[in-house]
Amino acid sequence: MLKFTEEHEWLKIEAGVATVGITEHAAGQLGDLVFVELPETGSTFSKGDSAATVESVKAASDVYCPLDGEIVEVNQAIVDDPSLVNSDPQGAAWFFKLKLANPSEADALLEEAAYKELVA
Amino acid sequence: MENNPHLKHTPLHALHLSLGARMVPFAGYEMPVQYPDGVMKEHQHTRVAAGLFDVSHMGQVIVRPKSGKIEDAALALEKLVPVDVLGLAEGRQRYGLFTNAEGGILDDLMITNRGDHLFLVVNAACKDADFELLKAGLSDTCDVTMLDDRALIALQGPHAEAVLGELWADVSAMRFMDVAEADLHDVTCIISRSGYTGEDGFEISIPVASAVDVTQRLLEHPDVKPIGLGARDSLRLEAGLCLYGNDIDTTTTPVEGALEWALQKARRAGGAREGGFPGADRILGQFAAGASRRRVGLKPEGRAPVRGGANLFADPEGKTPVGQVTSGGFGPSVDGPVAMGYVDAGHTENGTALFAEVRGKYLPVAVAALPFVKQTYKR
Repeated sequence: MLKFTEEHEWLKIEAGVATVGITEHAAGQLGDLVFVELPETGSTFSKGDSAATVESVKAASDVYCPLDGEIVEVNQAIVDDPSLVNSDPQGAAWFFKLKLANPSEADALLEEAAYKELVA
Repeated sequence: MENNPHLKHTPLHALHLSLGARMVPFAGYEMPVQYPDGVMKEHQHTRVAAGLFDVSHMGQVIVRPKSGKIEDAALALEKLVPVDVLGLAEGRQRYGLFTNAEGGILDDLMITNRGDHLFLVVNAACKDADFELLKAGLSDTCDVTMLDDRALIALQGPHAEAVLGELWADVSAMRFMDVAEADLHDVTCIISRSGYTGEDGFEISIPVASAVDVTQRLLEHPDVKPIGLGARDSLRLEAGLCLYGNDIDTTTTPVEGALEWALQKARRAGGAREGGFPGADRILGQFAAGASRRRVGLKPEGRAPVRGGANLFADPEGKTPVGQVTSGGFGPSVDGPVAMGYVDAGHTENGTALFAEVRGKYLPVAVAALPFVKQTYKR
């Protein structure tokens, strides 16, 4: 199941675990990323908490946790090479895997078509 | 954001849009923050070839002495700036500061002796206040005019001289901070060999009617690309140059700002025209006794950028505050984070280990010499 948030995150949900990243639109708006800070594995977040930080040459931006849950894995590859977020934001440059506290809450997130309309 | 009716446009606004610029509000103007290449590529291009910047939002001011004698304009301006204006030769430019009675900095500017008048370039955000200050201080001896019929562009980078040389062969005779008048495509422009990137380069004042034409022709050169405010900021930060409003303002003095070099001997204690500018007591007092804090370069040790506003501490637990970052970001040419800020006396030596508070963590930073990149001015 692929879902989106109005804060420009995507979630690919499989068996109650969401792989989370930022959308192509968000990556384009941010510009060349030079630094990524990811959460600690095992930490828990509520929906809307700042879970990660991305920095371009000019500014720092928060990446929000899209739903309540626990971080079960993070993607070290984008810490080592932040430009991956610009080149493959909706593929290899995922940010973290989130074990959802309430998987059914994902139903309320945006479908791909609705998100595309939002950023059109 | 585009079409915000409260924002002013420079004469090159339509050209920016046609080049695909992303426009942002800046100092009351809608300005290009980046073009499709992006900040990183624009920055690198300026360091290896030539970047073209629209700086038409800045104020261009003429100070013309009523007596016809340039000395009278120079001496009048010296009442507002702690700079040796009288000693500025014709065709030469010098960095200056407007100070207030407390020794704080009202704005920074460039001052040129154009023979029969002084030509000033001031910051966009301060230009109206500067104009009022100049009129109030100089009107009895000078005519002060804000030029609204000229654009201003900067051509910066190691290829800037060669690019300009194709239009005007004599450009190679200019040295850093020289100013000359020249015809570019039959348009009379005022050209200074200066800039805000740390690179060799030029600032070119162009009559508005010809601004788009001259700019487009420069952009046709394969070595020249348009550069937005984003890269302008990272370039000047690597070059250790102050951004007014961030790194210097009314609460910082020239001595605290490490800008002593902008006060020539003639205006210092024992000089031919010692003092005589707003805040002279405080500023000259700091020259003699030192200031309680100073602007320094800061090199974060890790990869995380440390931005303006971050607090600085002497210890990794954040117990002993010693200052604050005023500008910081990622330096594409340094390939790492760079910053500058104010630290208390006793912590200003290069190599001093400090800690910057970023998102609740205390990141190690070292006091570092400015600039972060080698300046390539043609002296």
